[in-house]
Amino acid sequence: MTLFDHATIPDMVVFAVASFMVLAGAITVVLARNPIYSALGLVVTLFGVAVLFVEQNAQFLAAVQVIVYAGAIVVLFLFVIMLLGVDRTEPISRNRVRFAQPFAVLVAMAFVALAIAIGHKSWRATGAASQGGHLDGEGSNVAKLADSLFTQYLFLFEVTSLLLVIAVVGAVVLARRPREIVADLPEEDEDDDIEVIVDDVKEQA
Amino acid sequence: MSIQAGPYLLLATALFAVGTYGVLARRNPLVMFMSIELMLNAANLAFVAFARTLNDVAGQSLVFFVLVVAAAEVVIGLGIIVSIFRHRGGTTVDELNELAG
Repeated sequence: MTLFDHATIPDMVVFAVASFMVLAGAITVVLARNPIYSALGLVVTLFGVAVLFVEQNAQFLAAVQVIVYAGAIVVLFLFVIMLLGVDRTEPISRNRVRFAQPFAVLVAMAFVALAIAIGHKSWRATGAASQGGHLDGEGSNVAKLADSLFTQYLFLFEVTSLLLVIAVVGAVVLARRPREIVADLPEEDEDDDIEVIVDDVKEQA
Repeated sequence: MSIQAGPYLLLATALFAVGTYGVLARRNPLVMFMSIELMLNAANLAFVAFARTLNDVAGQSLVFFVLVVAAAEVVIGLGIIVSIFRHRGGTTVDELNELAG
């Protein structure tokens, strides 16, 4: 069995270009010394994945991928990078754990081997009967996905909203300054400043 | 007919491996976070490929939930990173050996 049976030429071209984008962006993320380059590589990868979603008839997910990931998450990353001023380069090999580099390569290879072994041995092991409805047939991708989300996965959907609320509250709590630090800050009392200025003027006079 | 699931799964595997390498080898917490995003995207790619192959909309629904969880995770994670950086200045994960900030 070859991997590209029954594929038309345009499909293959789209897949090749998009997978090149995905892999090039991913390698940029992990190898770039400047975190900003990593964030831009992440954008390229996410767009490539969005193209592959469109290629697989998952139009809604492709749109969400671009809006949420490339639009919100990467912007958040860039904000934090700029905000913290950590946009300086960092040597990749600066690592306290010895042999972390070859160990990381080894573990990544082990994951590839595991996935290939599973796929080779039983690549239809999860092929249970369809639970959430069929993807083909008439109706748009969005309609089918909404049907699934708001009927079968309605409870999960509501729990998701709870999760988002918790995330917002958590972000506010984390980003707020603790009260002691605020108390330690010099108080900006305008009256004192004015008195000091008045005293200075009196001394000069 | 479009490309079968095999090439997509291979690509997802490669993406996941690159993300694993990033998490394990890099010491900058921001880059490690981006590598985690790569791994999540690899999972999403595999989900969509299986959803199409098995003709089941559940795979795409799960990708939707993964996206939401990833967004929440990034918000909290970046909040933690910001507060760590604020307390200690620039740092790598190797220097974070105390639980109390």
